[in-house]
Amino acid sequence: MKSITKQKPVDELKQQLDRFDRVYIVGCGTCATMTRTGGKEEVLAMKEHLQELGKLITGWTVIPTACDEMTEVALKESEGAIQNANCILVMACALGVHRVGLYIDKPAIPALDTLFIGVEDSPGYFHEVCSQCGQCILGEMAGICPLTACHKGLLNGPCGGTNNGKCEVDKEKDCAWTLIYERLKEQGRLDLMRKYQPPKNYQVMPRPRIARLE
Amino acid sequence: MASKFKQALSSGKFVVTSEVGPPKGTNIEKMLHHIDLLKDKVDGLNVTDHQSSAMRFPSLGGCLAIKERGGEPILQMTCRDRNRLALQAELLLAHTRDIRNVLCLTGDAIPVGDHKEAKGVFDLDSVQLLRAIRQMESGKDLGGNDLDGTIEFCAGAIVTPEARPIEPQLIKFEKKVESGSEFFQTQAIYDLDNFAKFMQYARQFPVKILAGIVLLSSARMAKYMTENVPGIFVPQDLIDELASAPKGEALNKGIEIAGRMIATLKGESLCDGVHIMAIGREEVVPDILTAAGL
Repeated sequence: MKSITKQKPVDELKQQLDRFDRVYIVGCGTCATMTRTGGKEEVLAMKEHLQELGKLITGWTVIPTACDEMTEVALKESEGAIQNANCILVMACALGVHRVGLYIDKPAIPALDTLFIGVEDSPGYFHEVCSQCGQCILGEMAGICPLTACHKGLLNGPCGGTNNGKCEVDKEKDCAWTLIYERLKEQGRLDLMRKYQPPKNYQVMPRPRIARLE
Repeated sequence: MASKFKQALSSGKFVVTSEVGPPKGTNIEKMLHHIDLLKDKVDGLNVTDHQSSAMRFPSLGGCLAIKERGGEPILQMTCRDRNRLALQAELLLAHTRDIRNVLCLTGDAIPVGDHKEAKGVFDLDSVQLLRAIRQMESGKDLGGNDLDGTIEFCAGAIVTPEARPIEPQLIKFEKKVESGSEFFQTQAIYDLDNFAKFMQYARQFPVKILAGIVLLSSARMAKYMTENVPGIFVPQDLIDELASAPKGEALNKGIEIAGRMIATLKGESLCDGVHIMAIGREEVVPDILTAAGL
């Protein structure tokens, strides 16, 4: 599982940093490194870029996993440089931005947009397989989630936009329901596709969602 | 009491429906003109619901206008723009205004429309919407609460006989039948042999099938639809026939083709009726009916 991110457009970043002239940069050694959006290389490139824009970079670090609680310790080690800055630019997913914001009394500015939680099919190719809905139906869908893989999240079969196995929204994307159909057929379980799926329960756990281990 | 459209469906006659598209804006004159032109020539008149995900005057508003002018409206309801509360509320309103026919659709995707950044709702799908109607008819809303006054609708859905692959489409068709769909208006059909095969299959279910007839206005439009619209295939001989029409006569050729197809469908009792979609050329629907001998 990886938190898939992309770098924000330059203009948006410039606008977000408009009021800050001293910046400390935080990268992440896990997902953002794998997606090449917030690893050491990208952090150094960002440092250079911001310097060209006239910003003073008070320091930088790449935290092993920006979203976990060790982030506090990692940030303590750079306390001086962070104190010198008037904002922290976080090159991690939103979980990392959130975590950094918990520990430092300075604005944490996201440098990345968090897109989805995905899996890597082949090197550098990620795709979304789960919407974390709280009520898994993969068992009846041959392992393909229609809520996620179908553009419209349809639960009872394909729409009229299905087109030779592709989606009307994007000819590059597979029609989830053609995939589900083919796999259920292969498994001899096509009867599952005939089963009526009731409207989704969107309040399995009302937002914001929390979980406490007992 | 059964709606006029439902009575027509059960009468055994060859049923004809058509549709009008509401305007983008408050100038409803053209839509009213189309309603007046068609209301007495058809058994039901659909009003499209933000067709192609383009924001327009609402389907329900168009249906009210048809009702006011003495026509028989078929309310198109997609699941794209309203959650289950809003869909149910609209059904309540429609019922109180004597709109008694509804066509349940998933709805086109948001990105194909003119508000590409909007949130697609799809809280229900078309099968679930059909069930919602039947549940409300039994006196309960989708939350399981009692309704103070129930609804009654002749509810239908769509099917795409040319979908590839076809089996998932047929499975969904059967789910719609099981969920209470009484009639189907099909996606445009042009290959009558293929449609006959579909009808052979569909005849085993207790539902009425109205074949979708989309007017071909030129060879270019026919070719475009075949290449770009999912589930629509115009055979090459029809494209050639349109192309062979003298300059300025392609539309008349399209009317002739539509009329001929309808006459064949009726003559060979292939289906229970037709749903004519003229897509912006509603004024020629009466010509299509004449060409069909209706």
